[in-house]
Amino acid sequence: MANKDMKVHPTPMLDELEKGPWPSFVTGLKRLRDADKRYSPVVNDLLGQLEHSYEEKLGFWKGGAISVLGYGAGVIPRFSEVPEEYPASSEFHTLRIIPPAGYHYNTEVLRKLCDVWEQYGSGLIAFHGQSGDIMFQGVDSENTQKAFDALNEMGFDMGGAGPDLRTSMNCVGHARCEMSCFDEIKVHRAVLNEYLDEMHRPALPYKFKFKFSGCPNDCVNAIHRADMAVIGTWRDDMKVDQAKVKEYVEELGRDYINEHVVGMCPSKSLKLNDKDELEVDNKSCVRCMHCLNVMTKALSPGDDKGVVILIGGKRTLKIGDLMGTVIKPFVKMETEEDIEAFVEFAGEVIDFFAENALEHERTGEMIDRIGLPAFLEGIGVEPDPNMVLHPRQVSYVRTDDFQDELEKARARKASKEAAE
Amino acid sequence: MSEAAVKPRMPEEHGVPDPFPWMHPIMKKNYGQWDHHYRPRPGVLCHVAKSGDKIYTVRAGTQRQMDVFTIRKLCDLADKYADGHVRFTTRSNIEFLLADEANVEPLIEELKEGGFPVGGTGNSVSMVSHTQGWLHCDIPGTDASGVVKSLMDLMYDEFVNEEMPNRVRITSSCCQINCGGQGDIAINVQYTKPPRINHDLVANVCERPAVVARCPVAAIRPALVNGKPSLEVDEKKCVCCGACYAPCPPMQINGKEETKIAIWVGGKHSNARSKPAFHKLVMAGLPNNPPRWPEAGEVVMKILRAYKENAKDWERIGEWIARIGWPRFFELIDVPFIKHHIDTWTYARLTHNHSTHIQY
Repeated sequence: MANKDMKVHPTPMLDELEKGPWPSFVTGLKRLRDADKRYSPVVNDLLGQLEHSYEEKLGFWKGGAISVLGYGAGVIPRFSEVPEEYPASSEFHTLRIIPPAGYHYNTEVLRKLCDVWEQYGSGLIAFHGQSGDIMFQGVDSENTQKAFDALNEMGFDMGGAGPDLRTSMNCVGHARCEMSCFDEIKVHRAVLNEYLDEMHRPALPYKFKFKFSGCPNDCVNAIHRADMAVIGTWRDDMKVDQAKVKEYVEELGRDYINEHVVGMCPSKSLKLNDKDELEVDNKSCVRCMHCLNVMTKALSPGDDKGVVILIGGKRTLKIGDLMGTVIKPFVKMETEEDIEAFVEFAGEVIDFFAENALEHERTGEMIDRIGLPAFLEGIGVEPDPNMVLHPRQVSYVRTDDFQDELEKARARKASKEAAE
Repeated sequence: MSEAAVKPRMPEEHGVPDPFPWMHPIMKKNYGQWDHHYRPRPGVLCHVAKSGDKIYTVRAGTQRQMDVFTIRKLCDLADKYADGHVRFTTRSNIEFLLADEANVEPLIEELKEGGFPVGGTGNSVSMVSHTQGWLHCDIPGTDASGVVKSLMDLMYDEFVNEEMPNRVRITSSCCQINCGGQGDIAINVQYTKPPRINHDLVANVCERPAVVARCPVAAIRPALVNGKPSLEVDEKKCVCCGACYAPCPPMQINGKEETKIAIWVGGKHSNARSKPAFHKLVMAGLPNNPPRWPEAGEVVMKILRAYKENAKDWERIGEWIARIGWPRFFELIDVPFIKHHIDTWTYARLTHNHSTHIQY
């Protein structure tokens, strides 16, 4: 290797981050720098620029336009603003690659991913970015296509970036969790793989994200972070194994169960009776998961499982943080037909967003601007009291069709009952 | 000319890869058929399927941005103890999936020897989920990786033990877009000055109407400056959010001293007990102080200690504060309540106390 002459940048500030017990990304970067590989000078200059950032307290990367053949998104271009000082890392792009749903890997595939990134990139990989992608960090413009081709040959595909459908994520769910109320991997792959065109050829007003959590514990933060959050739940009675409840009472004590299980139930739906049985008012229960989390061996979701769909979550830019709003309080998600219907519904929501959102406006912001009733009408969903905390409390609204709307709602209910 | 040169390779549109070929066989076999789980020790989960099958999970912290040598080292351990199967959590912890309980302790020993903390389960402080920062972002105010490494060193004992009242999920964001998300505690960049505009560059670099539209408080308007088309900012209206900086880099929002760190508390994703919540401001104006950000770390540790000493089992930080009240919380962490703690954004009125419910 021709790295013998490489002049190592001093990194006194970054060196401080090699101290302490937590694994150090700086130590990792130095391993790459000192490996005497093709990419070692790149990582040397990367460390040099990062040290410069630590000194100046400023970032020194700018964007640009880099893509791979056939796709309009997925590469995050990074060009250095100080290329003279750090020429080897002056092009340091990221490839966002869609990970396997649920982040399951074997070592064979991980090793192959490492080999590709040693051949073409910097040897630095993040599992995973906040976007949910595998972030292959640090490739120059020339090698971007080659690196992507190699990953694509392995069966991997480019993730989302910019105004498009974004890479999604699901919790571990069915693969290893007793709380899981639907097949997260199957639904995740069904909807994302149906609308890949929206990911690879950006044409939306702004980003659109799906996230799939198997139960209301929402381990992938779907309500906060997804334009469409799909969260497992159930609508029949939760299951109670009273013998196991008694074991918990024996182990933890009656006081503990009363204070930390019964007393923390948000809907006051629990009671520990004189026989140390847990009585559940399933009509009041809001399926929050708390008691199931505490007494995992004794309590479990019911059999009539499905999902809640919430729409409109996003982070701060531009109008402030928003959470998703309940749009479908319960949908079955078991059969192929259920999943097909969901995929179709998701497509309708994306279409409505594409046609009605302003440039750089997220779905939640659009709903805020046009009002929830207009959004519901646009996507063909009937109003439901589960969507709101309480009915309208301000009288300033035009209601001359109020009675007509009541009649229509009654007629819909009657025809639905007749159909059943 | 070769055929390849004539016909460039077009991508295979694979989409989201099927994880089943890589999933541990026990997880495949019992897919959707799990019964319960327990935690034999911090950092270890045991899931029991309805079939009676068990799978052990050993969870370890990583630095998220990993070099290939670290990944291969983790692969070696997975081959030795976990039948070659791992997964990652949404907080960048690696999980080894073990069929054989006898492998749990030896794996933990080797992980420790290799410098990988085992923990992050149950009522612990898990890995801080974070953004890219100076290492790779084009608009960062700080280096999230460095902030997180410094914090995780401070909170190491709370990662490897399960001694908190409930789980603690911390996030860090290197600009006010808050890509790091909501957290029990959030350590985020907070800008303090309006953007400094390089008027020579605006016309060539920025799509001016798009920049005007991006401002959440309508403080930006087109202007001619020194005879050149540019943008100007009404600094009385400007909330210093940095939203204009991404579409218009000549509107520099970051500064060596102007970029500060703020700390927020009480965010929560789960629906367990209370509804999901956004985090709330506790502290701002902390120095952006690489390489170890000690001032931010001190505030975070103070909040963690107060929570650990005062909250009830299962209360998350926001739920604990909701019970004891914000006045008591501010007293416990010894931070005076000032005007900037009071919300002024849309729907701010919904955050006021319209009652006589006051804790004395």
